[in-house]
Amino acid sequence: MIPNLARLFFLVLFLVPALAQTGRFQGVSINVLTFTGPQIAEPLRRHAAAFERATGAKVNVTVVPFSDLYQQILTDATTGTNSYDAWIFAPQWMADFAPAGIMEDLTARVRADTAIQWSDIGVFFREFSALYGGKILTIPLDGDFQMVYYRTDVLRQLGLQPPQTWDDYLNIAQRANGRDMNGDGRPDFGSCIAKKRNAQSYWMFMSILGGYVQTQGTRQGAFFDTRNMQPLVKNQAFAEALRVYKETTRFGPPDELNLDVGDTRGLFTSGRCALSIDWGDIGPLSIDPQTSKVKDLVGAVILPGSRRILDRNTGNLVNCNAQLCPHAINGVNRAPYAAFGGWSGGINAKAAAAKKDAAYALFSYMSQPAQSNKDVTIGITGFNPYRVSQFRDIQTWVAAGFSEAGARNYLTAIQQSLNSPNMVLDLRIPKAQQYQQVVLDRVLSEYLAGQLTIAQAQEQIHNGWEEITNAEGRQKQLQAYLASLGIAGR
Amino acid sequence: MKKVENKLQQAGLWIRFVGWLERRAATVFLLPSVLVILAFVLFPLVGSLYSSLARLRFSEGGLELTFVGLANYRKLLLGSEQGHFLGQPGAGLWALVVMGLLALVLGVVMYHRWRAGRSVWIWLGQPLLGGLLLLAFTWLFLSRLWPGTRMGTLQTTLFYVMAGTALQYLLGLGLALLCAERLPGTRFFRVLFILPLAITPIGVAYMFRMLTDTGKGPLVPLWEAMGLSGFSWVNDPWGARLAVLIGDVWQWTPFAFIVLLAALQSVPQEQVEAAAVDGASRWQVFRHIIFPYLLPASATLVLIRLIEGFKIVDLPNILTNGGPGTATESITLHAYFAWRTLDIGTAAALGFLLMLLVSLITSLYAAWILPRARGQV
Repeated sequence: MIPNLARLFFLVLFLVPALAQTGRFQGVSINVLTFTGPQIAEPLRRHAAAFERATGAKVNVTVVPFSDLYQQILTDATTGTNSYDAWIFAPQWMADFAPAGIMEDLTARVRADTAIQWSDIGVFFREFSALYGGKILTIPLDGDFQMVYYRTDVLRQLGLQPPQTWDDYLNIAQRANGRDMNGDGRPDFGSCIAKKRNAQSYWMFMSILGGYVQTQGTRQGAFFDTRNMQPLVKNQAFAEALRVYKETTRFGPPDELNLDVGDTRGLFTSGRCALSIDWGDIGPLSIDPQTSKVKDLVGAVILPGSRRILDRNTGNLVNCNAQLCPHAINGVNRAPYAAFGGWSGGINAKAAAAKKDAAYALFSYMSQPAQSNKDVTIGITGFNPYRVSQFRDIQTWVAAGFSEAGARNYLTAIQQSLNSPNMVLDLRIPKAQQYQQVVLDRVLSEYLAGQLTIAQAQEQIHNGWEEITNAEGRQKQLQAYLASLGIAGR
Repeated sequence: MKKVENKLQQAGLWIRFVGWLERRAATVFLLPSVLVILAFVLFPLVGSLYSSLARLRFSEGGLELTFVGLANYRKLLLGSEQGHFLGQPGAGLWALVVMGLLALVLGVVMYHRWRAGRSVWIWLGQPLLGGLLLLAFTWLFLSRLWPGTRMGTLQTTLFYVMAGTALQYLLGLGLALLCAERLPGTRFFRVLFILPLAITPIGVAYMFRMLTDTGKGPLVPLWEAMGLSGFSWVNDPWGARLAVLIGDVWQWTPFAFIVLLAALQSVPQEQVEAAAVDGASRWQVFRHIIFPYLLPASATLVLIRLIEGFKIVDLPNILTNGGPGTATESITLHAYFAWRTLDIGTAAALGFLLMLLVSLITSLYAAWILPRARGQV
């Protein structure tokens, strides 16, 4: 009797639950690291829960501030701690991660995965965000381009067109500044740009700079001279971009120097800004009935440019002509900036095989059109369009709350950027994070705060970048830079 | 007989062995502690010293530290980080005037020491070295206050330390004197004044961030009434520094208050009463009776706050993120930002420069002020 009871107890306690759980990754637990969010972390948590139900895997999501993400991944994986099996991060950091041997090669998995519909992912994101050294190292989950957003109603009232040049931008900002744009009786702002240190400020500045320094197409590069790796900093174009960047502060909120994109997006969707520079997030956020006061009042346009561009031989600004600016439209040279490159999922090469499989399955699931095509229409996700089908299917956007005209306007601005032959690629060489997030970011913040003059800021950025280049090895950095521009084999 | 001799020999050997053990007992018993201390103190110190002379690289299979000599220190003192760390001086005429006056005062002090019959070698030693260091720090600080110049993290830290310590001491002293009086409610206020000390610095930083927000938060009506609704603390370097200083003073004044209140309890009431009977004013009573009793505790209190003040990091990090620009960044925060971006070498070099700075200032303080305050000179 007792043995029979014991058998029954064993059956109930262990065997029945085991039979009930038939998931593909039953018993596999994976740790995924990303930044605090709510962008990125929100869809990750949401899809992780669905993935757990479908496969039996356990997904633990850890978040850290964006400024800590780079070092958290590197120190964890290179010191042998390996707390994280996978990460969602900036693909430009692959230049540091891949040589450190911490990234799993996903080529074979992608080739064998039909559900991910790899060919539906835009060529740029497949090549720039996913590929490094001829191997697929990440799964794109997001598409990133910076654009200028404007209030259609405000521009109509002012009798102005969307900005084509940065001078136009300043003119609109000045004219709109101080008007009450959301009907609360308080004066609002002509321009809202995230200028906080240790956040996104340097991307905003590069969005302004691109149109002044890059004219001959993507392969010309906007950061360094491709002949000798000298920074393209001590010249009139960089000085002009600095001047424009600081000038926008005159028409911004009083605490603009302490605002990150979360703050400026909130200000824009609450109707307090006439203009803003941002990634694709403001579009979907503007249709959220819970938070937005500007539904159907938002326009997006490819980044403005300039009629005067850098002569790299003299360092002076010269007028555009057909020879100097072959990609100019109406005499305006535009260089849309693929800032950041889009959040992507990577897998730790040191993780156990079962964990790698589960992590890949999670990223594949998140990237598949069924999930992704909906995510990019939700503002809070932080995911912007990166699949061909997302640009083609207007009805998905309309169903999400866009007007048809609004959806076309938004998607056209991104597509124009994506298809531009003069697109500025983000920096993807070893120590890219040091060049941008340390040197450029700090000097920009000091310049905006009035601690440095334009000439001093140029001098400091130049010296800081040169110091890193010399420490890493000029020739090695030059080769990496050329490879990142597609000039040498990647 | 042989057996007895052997036994005696063995006994002698044993006694000698025990004697040898006894002579070395101290070493044997102390050795574990010494080894633990070496492991926990010296090893990290040597490790971080090596880090300050190295550059971190990532390579296949992990990370490697490449020895780069003094490159990290050169970067901070002469290279791309010089302006960030040491600021940018200007030709501040009044800084030179102040320096001249200070040099004159030091000269007079030296001369009096010499006339008092002090050895010329002693005169050339610590006092002169200390005086020169004091002049150097004064110039480093004052030459960055002129329009067109900028303060580095060194000057910002010195500002927090000097202004913070002075304000905390004065406020703490005032509150302690108030609470030492026999007034109604002093027990309640004693507890109330100590409360900020119990709050974590991060919490204080977030609270002050909320309070100093002129656009939203509980003090918006007050800011609007003062005409400051369009003003942002974080856009103005000195506004931001003051916000950090106010937060730091609010948090640490209770510490000064407790120490000085305890010291006040040791003041003999008979002397105070006798002075009052003799017609001494309240100021005379404080100056000649109370303050001398407070001096030893005050000197130690200031020393502790000096050392602690140099390590300020939470408030500027949370309240202003070191901004605007780098206006509110302390040396510790500078090192933290460097570490966070995996510039381990620069972070370690900053740590050692800070250690050197704190050692110099506290040594001067310990040599010049502590003995006088304790009545040892």
